[in-house]
Amino acid sequence: MRSAAEIFLTFARIGISGFGGVNFWLRRILIQEKRWITDAEFLEGFAVGQIIPGPNVYNLSIMIGHRMGGWAGAFAAVAGIVGPPLLITVALGLAYRRYQALPVLQHAIGGMAAVAAGLVIANGLMLAAALPRRARQWIFLLLGFAGIGLMHWPLLYVMAGLGPLAVWLAWRDETGRRAAG
Amino acid sequence: MSAYDIAGLFWHVLLLGAVAVGGLSTVMPDIYRYMVEEQALISGREFADAYAIAQAAPGPNALWVALVGLQAGGVAGALAAIVAILLPATTFTCVAIALHARRPDAPLALALRRGLSPVAVGFMLASGWVLVRSVEHGWQGYALTAATVFAVMRTRLNPLVLLALGAAAGIVGLV
Repeated sequence: MRSAAEIFLTFARIGISGFGGVNFWLRRILIQEKRWITDAEFLEGFAVGQIIPGPNVYNLSIMIGHRMGGWAGAFAAVAGIVGPPLLITVALGLAYRRYQALPVLQHAIGGMAAVAAGLVIANGLMLAAALPRRARQWIFLLLGFAGIGLMHWPLLYVMAGLGPLAVWLAWRDETGRRAAG
Repeated sequence: MSAYDIAGLFWHVLLLGAVAVGGLSTVMPDIYRYMVEEQALISGREFADAYAIAQAAPGPNALWVALVGLQAGGVAGALAAIVAILLPATTFTCVAIALHARRPDAPLALALRRGLSPVAVGFMLASGWVLVRSVEHGWQGYALTAATVFAVMRTRLNPLVLLALGAAAGIVGLV
């Protein structure tokens, strides 16, 4: 067991180091440097975190914090991974609110926003490429994209329409495969 | 932004936080729809700017939610948005810990992950589409977005380097 203070400081360091994504520093500091968890444990937590709604890195931090220091550790991990970077981000946002009318800032952030859009699209395309190559996958992907991106339907409705069907079909595959195998 | 607006934002983001399987970029289009199109709390440009700033800042990418809240309602808006989006994640994760849910290969867990993945990826691509549309710029901006997609998929350049290049391109008037 580790103290809540040590867990907080460790996750705060990860949060502040994590320019452009925390995942890399989470692995480097927790697995390689501190040896709090192994690679296999990390991947297992990552897989569990993927099913839970919300940011995966955040869910994983709660799980690791809990393992290292109980519920106090979980709380310390949350405070560390979110708190300090939130303060920095809000400070940047307040500066933006104050100076957003300056043309040079508008141009700079306009360029960054075009890049940020590209980052999101590239991330989505890489994940799409990693999906199993089955027609059903593409149908659900296109329905999700069209419902939200083209039709502008509320996400809760689209999720309620597609989610249960998608999970049921995957469940049928899974149980069928196990029964056969 | 009134207390009523902040409560409305909190409730909307809270519901989305409960279905954000696959990360927060899956629910970005709906937060955009609510804040920009339905409630007109901020402009599309401000939404995209806030997202871009959060990408360049340290910490979990999820902090863009705090920044769009900040743009709409100051520090109270930022806190309302980030607490609302993280509260469901916190609750579900704590329940998973309490239930000793350490079986990512259990049939239901696999069905959830495999079934929802394509839907989540579709939502994520819709997020990119929303960002592209919300930035009003000419063909140069679209070219920069396309070049970024290519750079991410074909090179190992750090996203921060790409964001800095984008800022530079904006300052010298290319975008």
